[in-house]
Amino acid sequence: MTSAMERERGTPAELILAVETSCDDTCAAVLDGPRILANLISSQHAAHAAFGGVVPEVAARHHLELAAPLVTAALAEAGVGLEEIEAVAVTAGPGLIGALLVGVSTAKAIAAARRLPLIPVDHLQGHVAANFLEPEPLEPPFLCLVASGGHTLLAGVRDHAGYELLGQTLDDAAGEAFDKSARLLGLGFPGGPALQKEAEGGDPEAFEMPVAMARDPGLDFSFSGLKTALVYRCRELGPEGVEERRADLAASFQAAVVGQLVSKLKRALKRGDWEAVALGGGVAANGPLRTAVAALCEERGVRLKLVPLQLCTDNAAMIGSAARHAPRIAYPDYLGYDAFATGEAPLAAA
Amino acid sequence: MTVDLERVESASAAETEALGARIAERLGPGDVVLVSGEVGAGKTTLIRGACRALGVTDPVTSPTFTIGQRYGGGRLPVSHLDLYRLAGLEGEDPALLEDYLRADSVAFVEWPAAGAEGLGQPTFTVRLAHLDEGRRVVEIEH
Repeated sequence: MTSAMERERGTPAELILAVETSCDDTCAAVLDGPRILANLISSQHAAHAAFGGVVPEVAARHHLELAAPLVTAALAEAGVGLEEIEAVAVTAGPGLIGALLVGVSTAKAIAAARRLPLIPVDHLQGHVAANFLEPEPLEPPFLCLVASGGHTLLAGVRDHAGYELLGQTLDDAAGEAFDKSARLLGLGFPGGPALQKEAEGGDPEAFEMPVAMARDPGLDFSFSGLKTALVYRCRELGPEGVEERRADLAASFQAAVVGQLVSKLKRALKRGDWEAVALGGGVAANGPLRTAVAALCEERGVRLKLVPLQLCTDNAAMIGSAARHAPRIAYPDYLGYDAFATGEAPLAAA
Repeated sequence: MTVDLERVESASAAETEALGARIAERLGPGDVVLVSGEVGAGKTTLIRGACRALGVTDPVTSPTFTIGQRYGGGRLPVSHLDLYRLAGLEGEDPALLEDYLRADSVAFVEWPAAGAEGLGQPTFTVRLAHLDEGRRVVEIEH
């Protein structure tokens, strides 16, 4: 009985090496059970700013150059030798196929060389599992709102191994909406922080934005209509008008995005017996969102868990955390294992 | 090869989706559809309509951040690409697109300019433009 429980929870002190390459950042981490020993992220934000948000070498090649050095650096920072690692975790999807393959190949090579088990992890489960990490790990049940550039979803988390998808975006992700609107307003990159800063001096009620999905009884999100509304406000105002009203436009847009995220969260809280709320994804850094979610949690009498920001954005520690509760593939069964893109099921763990 | 150019107006997202569905009827394995237009012009909306007509039931969302998505479950496997964040493919591994431009699949490409040379001969080229709030003009080249 104890052994079954321990298997479900992962071995308490297992040393896991984790690799994540599903989007722009190459990430490597070393975990000792739920404790992070190293968590490295090759942030490409400098490259982003230099190209106004457009990255010429966004994907696979960058990962190829960075994956091995980042793994070496993570092991060094953790003070752990490769020979001490007991399992290798990797993001198997969803993401850009070429980018994922770099991570999967790297992880497979490291694992196969020492005949270690490989643990493929779903990227979104990783965002949920960031909450299981020390210090102060959050125990299920809880609601997790994941909002990033590529994803926006509400997860109902009742155990460590998975989640129920309660709602998701039907068009744009919240972070993408922030980035594209920041670009429309001529602000910098990354768009989220730039928009938030601009919005600080603006009136969130200056421009009426469509309240997307307000009457929709479900928990899905939609941000595409907001983006289009902003396009038309900018066209009406013209370049000089936008210049003059930029702070008001930013504030109104931000308020509409945050309003929708919070109203869905509120609706989900009313529907379930959730004891806590967690935020994940880069949008979790947004100040007004944090303030509004904190107020909602206080009103509903539930705990709010905010992991540090480096665990909200893409990182490998969250992948290692998810791996502790995921099926593992023994050597050599994973040699033919492949990454998966959105909409395709991962290969079943052998 | 004759070029068939059609220019129509769309007064709503539903109409833009219906245009996508009409294009989908004429698509087969290996076909590529390029979809261009400004932010908010309805590129993802048109592709969503095409995917629904192909039998895809999963959410069809903007791949701006993920760059590439795959949808199964329909009459044909579908690839949905968005090259918005790529200035060009010169420094990139050519296999980046090969993973998505597959002989067994239909591929829709938003913001195709960055990958122009690697995308081959498109089956359809669609250009969307804003007229005013709600209305779009859609050019479909076959």
